[in-house]
Amino acid sequence: MNKFILLAFLLISTSAHAALNVFACEPEWAALTQLLAGDKASIYTATGALQDPHRVEARPSLIAKARRANLLVCTGAELEMGWLPVILRESANSAIEVGSTGNFEAAHFVAMREVPTHLDRGDGDVHAAGNPHIQTDPRNFLPIADALSKRLSQLDPANTTYYQQQLLNFNVQWKAAIVRWEKQAAPLKGITIVAQHRGFPYLNNWLGLKQVAELEAKPGMEPSASYLSQVLSQLQQHPAKMVLRAAYQDGRPSDWIAERARITAVMLPYTVGGSDKAKDLYGLFDDTIARLLAGLK
Amino acid sequence: MFKKTYLSAGIAALLCHPLASQAASDADLQAIREQINQLKQSYEQRITQLEQRLQQAEAHAATQSQQTVQPVTAVQSAASSEGAFNPAISLILGGTYSNLTQAPTIPATGFAMTANPGHPQGFNLGESELGISASIDPDYRGVATLALAPAGGVTVENAFVQSAALGHGLNFKFGRYFSGLGYLNEVHAHAWDFVDQPLVYASLWNNQLGEDGVQLKWLAPTDTYIELGGELGRGRGFPGSDRAKNGTGSGVLFAHIGDDIGIEQSWRVGASLHTTRAENRVSTGVPDLAGTVGGVSNSFSGHSRTAGLDFVWKYAPNGNTANRYIKVQGEYFQRRESGQLTYNLATADSYANTQSVWYLQSVVQFMPNWRTGIRYDQLDPGIAAVGALNAGNVISNYGFMPSRATWMLDYSPSEFSRLRLQLARDNTRQGLPDNQLFLQYIMSLGAHGAHQY
Repeated sequence: MNKFILLAFLLISTSAHAALNVFACEPEWAALTQLLAGDKASIYTATGALQDPHRVEARPSLIAKARRANLLVCTGAELEMGWLPVILRESANSAIEVGSTGNFEAAHFVAMREVPTHLDRGDGDVHAAGNPHIQTDPRNFLPIADALSKRLSQLDPANTTYYQQQLLNFNVQWKAAIVRWEKQAAPLKGITIVAQHRGFPYLNNWLGLKQVAELEAKPGMEPSASYLSQVLSQLQQHPAKMVLRAAYQDGRPSDWIAERARITAVMLPYTVGGSDKAKDLYGLFDDTIARLLAGLK
Repeated sequence: MFKKTYLSAGIAALLCHPLASQAASDADLQAIREQINQLKQSYEQRITQLEQRLQQAEAHAATQSQQTVQPVTAVQSAASSEGAFNPAISLILGGTYSNLTQAPTIPATGFAMTANPGHPQGFNLGESELGISASIDPDYRGVATLALAPAGGVTVENAFVQSAALGHGLNFKFGRYFSGLGYLNEVHAHAWDFVDQPLVYASLWNNQLGEDGVQLKWLAPTDTYIELGGELGRGRGFPGSDRAKNGTGSGVLFAHIGDDIGIEQSWRVGASLHTTRAENRVSTGVPDLAGTVGGVSNSFSGHSRTAGLDFVWKYAPNGNTANRYIKVQGEYFQRRESGQLTYNLATADSYANTQSVWYLQSVVQFMPNWRTGIRYDQLDPGIAAVGALNAGNVISNYGFMPSRATWMLDYSPSEFSRLRLQLARDNTRQGLPDNQLFLQYIMSLGAHGAHQY
């Protein structure tokens, strides 16, 4: 009898220790949550590094995973506008609905760039809240980590000390890494670049890259042949050093322009998992800078 | 200013020097003058260098401060204007040009007593669809979709309220909504992959089953997607018939299961059951055994029960649907109707029939913005059990399997616009093959809600 009670108690206590269920919209937030929550969270990543985060489908599997989540960690700023509202509605999980503690939008905690002064679909796929590709500047991760760690403690107060310790560790290591990256990236300052999609304003700002052209006539519109030749003639007059694209984007427009303008096409991992070396957040920026530096040669 | 200070310091030093050596010769004086000049020159050089460095430092500091006016402090933009509370409004503009070789009013063989939405011919403005949606309060969300008919007039396509705070996987909806049965029933016309609906929906539900009623869905807390749902409604949509009575006129049950296979594939299968009652549902132009020209009008009263299965499978390289993807879907439905048939609105006797319809289609996005698709529909009119009084009037066995093959190509310059070409070979009317050509545009303005799977 006593043994039975003990067993029952053990069962209950293990279920009480059950991890936080985290639904991360993009791999970079899954990686950050992993660093901050360690084994206290079981994390599901909704999109892969090779998927266009604007164009994800509200698949049944995503709805099922969101149903059991305690915490949703997403970019926000309308990046997931095309699919997340359906996931939230269909999963009917009040823990993660908009405005609740379980709904974390990273874009709330950083200063947004390229916030449009007027909104018109004629300008292409612009986001009212500003450019949502905030994960390309490592400095953005500091305020986000701070806020996310607080959110973890709110949802799982029993482990507050643990989360605080993890945050301290992260801050120390991340700040050191930023110093290292900035030193490595010094030769990139003032380098002129072309972007395939308007996805690098935060990276450009961080490293002092100068974007002189985009391959999409309007954000979100596929590069057309006529527009590409227009960019090409512009580049012949005002050359750029390299053309950047994210891992999820089709390489052909970049390669086309690189070949004709005799510049280097550089594929950046863009998020965790975007390249073999971008295995975690540190690897993401290590590889990003290594690839950019390689593009200089 | 610096220049003067250095200069005066230099002069002072020089003044001290001659005082200390009063007995200096002229040659000495000459040497001293040269030294003064040298000193003066070297100080001036150093001063100009310092000035340059100061200017550089100031310029650098300015650019630095410009660059560092950045991250860390996040400014939460406060939406303060009244406009921020306005609901999301979307307007779909659509239109077609159709070329048909047969009159669209002729029903499929054996399906004269089902729905026949048909197609308009020539240039035609489609329904303009006005959608309004917003949170009502923390507990409810409201959605209205109004269809503006090209000939004038407004019909309410959807007008429902959805619970937003039930949690526990429960979704409660009430008002007028598209039933959750099958795969395509809830999909709005602007999101169809072809110009028209598969014949399953066209003939069994007059394109889509819209109900006035209540719907409750429950999503199981499992890793695999398992959704169960039920509806009670008025039964106003075909095959039911609007009538004045208490209680419910129709019921729907459905279940969906779905998941991913790796990151590249996803699927969903479903089963649905729809029961309703028809009361004096009149069908015109029904062929009869006597071969009456133009057919006769029959009226049906009785039960209608439709059950079926649906599946969809999607594949995208690396899971990136923006570049390329394949979608394969199919649905099979069987309808059993039994009750009383009044032939030519005069002779009533028992009538029962089981009809089945299926389609299989595939859509491929072969490069960004471009998609092509094929679809095959087939109908089975069934063999009706006709009461003795009507045995000589009503055709019970048509002995013909109507079918249709369709091909489409569409181009979407952006997420908000689509242009489509569709060709179809319609063999649904015995002896009257119909070659159909459609050109279509679908444009969406304003807020564009997320699409369902």
